Amino acid sequence: MRKFNQLTGIVTPLDRANIDTDMIIPKQFLKSIKRTGFGKNLFDELRYMDEGQADQSCEDRPLNKDFELNQARYAGSNILLSRKNFGCGSSREHAPWALDDYGFRCVIAPSFADIFFNNCFKNGLLPIVLSEEIVEQLFQGVFANEGYQLDIDLVSQTVKTPNGESYSFEVDEFRKHCLINGLDEIGVTLNDVDAITAYEEKRRQQTPWLFDAISTLGS
Amino acid sequence: MAGKTLYDKLWDSHLVKEREDGSSIIYIDRQLLHEVTSPQAFEGLRVAGRKPWRLDANLATPDHNVQTTDRSGGVAAIVDKVSRIQVTTLDDNCDDFGVLEFKMGDPRQGIVHVVGPEQGATLPGMTVVCGDSHTSTHGAFGALAHGIGTSEVEHVLATQTLIQKKMKNMLVRVNGSVKQGITGKDIVLAIIGEMGTAGGTGYAIEFGGDAIKALSMEGRMTVCNMAIEAGARAGMIAVDQTTIDYVKGRPFAPKGELWDAAVANWSELNSDVDSVFDEIIEIDGAAIIPQVTWGTSPEMVLPVDGILPDPINEKDEVKKEGIERALSYMGLKAGMSIKDIHIDSVFIGSCTNSRIEDLRAAAEVVNGKTISDRISQALIVPGSGLIKLQAEKEGLDKIFTDAGFEWREPGCSMCLAMNADKLESGKHCAATSNRNFEGRQGFGGRTHLVSPAMAAAAALAGHFVDIREVELTKFAQA
Repeated sequence: MRKFNQLTGIVTPLDRANIDTDMIIPKQFLKSIKRTGFGKNLFDELRYMDEGQADQSCEDRPLNKDFELNQARYAGSNILLSRKNFGCGSSREHAPWALDDYGFRCVIAPSFADIFFNNCFKNGLLPIVLSEEIVEQLFQGVFANEGYQLDIDLVSQTVKTPNGESYSFEVDEFRKHCLINGLDEIGVTLNDVDAITAYEEKRRQQTPWLFDAISTLGS
Repeated sequence: MAGKTLYDKLWDSHLVKEREDGSSIIYIDRQLLHEVTSPQAFEGLRVAGRKPWRLDANLATPDHNVQTTDRSGGVAAIVDKVSRIQVTTLDDNCDDFGVLEFKMGDPRQGIVHVVGPEQGATLPGMTVVCGDSHTSTHGAFGALAHGIGTSEVEHVLATQTLIQKKMKNMLVRVNGSVKQGITGKDIVLAIIGEMGTAGGTGYAIEFGGDAIKALSMEGRMTVCNMAIEAGARAGMIAVDQTTIDYVKGRPFAPKGELWDAAVANWSELNSDVDSVFDEIIEIDGAAIIPQVTWGTSPEMVLPVDGILPDPINEKDEVKKEGIERALSYMGLKAGMSIKDIHIDSVFIGSCTNSRIEDLRAAAEVVNGKTISDRISQALIVPGSGLIKLQAEKEGLDKIFTDAGFEWREPGCSMCLAMNADKLESGKHCAATSNRNFEGRQGFGGRTHLVSPAMAAAAALAGHFVDIREVELTKFAQA
């Protein structure tokens, strides 16, 4: 996984609560069997005026000029700012894949849906929870100032504004460790292969009906 | 010391190791796989040269992309090329790695959350995961079940575990008994209306109370299915005789002495009387009346006799904009009544409401009648091939087709329209599914979530009606 330490970048505001993963990447684009290439369809229904199709070039599609991703002032942005319950709905990991493929590295919101939040960390994407008051201040900052940038430091767990305000955020120690070092989580878990095997043997003794039913019938 | 909740017990019994950083390794008993969220996970295994840890823990079936029309041409007849590739990729991956799959054409194929319980692949006391947020369905069996992302699907395939942090405990207690005509769907929609779509974020919800205990397993699955719509990854219900009766005799359920040992073990799967919940929500079951969503989030729900909200009355700016946007997207006006919403399309199906009990409830409403002229499409999509066969044995298919419904093959279908079943732009659909997000059933489509009986009644009337005022016709069950 790609490492995440520090990030400086332009902020795109998405002033809505309950952004769901159907909105982030609509279902017709989930048919890909790859992890990449979803960026052009990020927020497809908000971003384009027509109905997008899988396997379609987006170059000549009519743009919704009002949508933030289509506004020149947010070009090259890598930080997304939104309202509460971001990422609710479907568990599709295509949502963080699409955000990442587009170029976002960080999403800031007052709260996130659990599965989306979890999926971000598996893909080198940092979701940051800040209070509703701070998020409101950031929105005002972004709206008032073209080229508004934030400095994000995962090591010190801080978000710094152009005015020099600094806000700290929480992050799980293990997730931080994996992000900073770009670790493969499966590899880390397999360091505990003995503990897993021992547990499994005990479970097989105690609840034997949970084992082998499928393979014996399925063969 | 306080007792343990059901969730505490399930967590403790699956804890492999607590790590120094505060995270835990949790053992996974069952993983269900489908074609949309598994291809990148299998590819990840290949790239890393890893093998599945325990083949017999996995069960696969294609559901999201499969056609619900004629299947005689098999996978090759899926018109959409990318859909076809995804189904073929699941078949190939399961063959290559040795995972049991109910392929298209197998009568056991169906929606993964219908198939697991139907086959006894979901058992009480298990941890059950799947790359699909509606995995919470399986919690109805006193199991710890939740949706995961594709990276986690790969993690479970490779290690039979997940890295987790323990969630908080919430009890949603639905007291008393519900009125005639009120289903699990109405109960859970009323709960979401009360809690909001983020009310359960960070919690594992146990549903309890007399109204929940009185539900069949089908009704309980509907309730747990939509726990995620209240923000909770996992919903669950304690094991009782209803659970055990449902599981008994299913293909993958234990038999003989193992069955007796299992039943003895499962009797522990409830919250101790002195257990402590971080949050308790009390709902009066008798006060619940049939529910209909009007907006673009499941929390935008009203009783069928309700009036659409006026954004002027909302003080919270973000919520106010949410209501305005939803009314605009749905093409509805503040102050109009739910019963005046006209319906163009009806969808009875999905992992929420496509089980035999759901089809029977809809058939009772429809029997001997015909759908309204204004309905352009009315679909019945059974949750599995076996449910379809059972319904046909009972003559339900005939009741539906005589009334003007289309009788389809099993799959996710128009719940999320990844296959060819799409709601047309601007059309209003009475749907028994679980999400009314913008574009969910088709670009520009307008979804109203309801119970199967309410959807059937709306199909006949062409607008929403109170199911309690509709005459039901019983029919002889085969």
